[in-house]
Amino acid sequence: MAIRVQREDFDPGAELERFSSGRTDVGGICLFVGLVRDYMGHDPASGAAVNAMTLEHYPGMTERQLEAIEAEARGRWPLDDALVIHRYGKLEPGERIVLVAASSAHRDAAFEACRFLIDWLKTKAPFWKVEHTPEGDAWVDAKESDDAAASRWDRVKP
Amino acid sequence: MKVLYFAWLKAKTGLGEEDVIPPDGVATVGQLVEFLKTRSPGHAAAFEAMGVVRVAVNQDYGGLDTPVKAGDEVAFFPPVTGG
Repeated sequence: MAIRVQREDFDPGAELERFSSGRTDVGGICLFVGLVRDYMGHDPASGAAVNAMTLEHYPGMTERQLEAIEAEARGRWPLDDALVIHRYGKLEPGERIVLVAASSAHRDAAFEACRFLIDWLKTKAPFWKVEHTPEGDAWVDAKESDDAAASRWDRVKP
Repeated sequence: MKVLYFAWLKAKTGLGEEDVIPPDGVATVGQLVEFLKTRSPGHAAAFEAMGVVRVAVNQDYGGLDTPVKAGDEVAFFPPVTGG
């Protein structure tokens, strides 16, 4: 069980390997990696180009919130392990931003916990994205769809 | 009291953080905001639309009614957009 907030990149393959290395009781691992897109919004055809983005965070509170989110996941599902890695600083399209992963004896818990981790992280962890475009810099607005995704988990408590 | 600003609130106030000694009678986040607004036009602009401002007191989410006192760390920022 771990959370990491870091400027540098991470290796999803190595993290995946670590989940099962040296143990035979893990039934499944679910791992999500979020990347920087090269356009704004939802539609690549109409979205302005994004040359890069910078992620700002609140040192101290970010770690505290991620630990709380991970602890909540462990309380809700029987997890063997969980991991959250989130980067900050300037990132270019194609670069990895975030990794969340959960392992359990059975797939349902791994899938649900993984989805829960990213949904709660997106609405609770204090990070802010500013996109650098040819027209200038623009702070990314919070999305109602992210709030809806997170609030789903208010109702679903196994 | 240490006050922190993030994202566009930092840009509008022109400050990442500041130490403030609020006047007597400032006991909640809402009252602190009213005091901070008087510090500069940039502060007033940052707090113009409180619907898009979130607050944390000592690194836990709070609201306008959350109590504040000397020694607290109070942070203001927009809704989060990580992940």
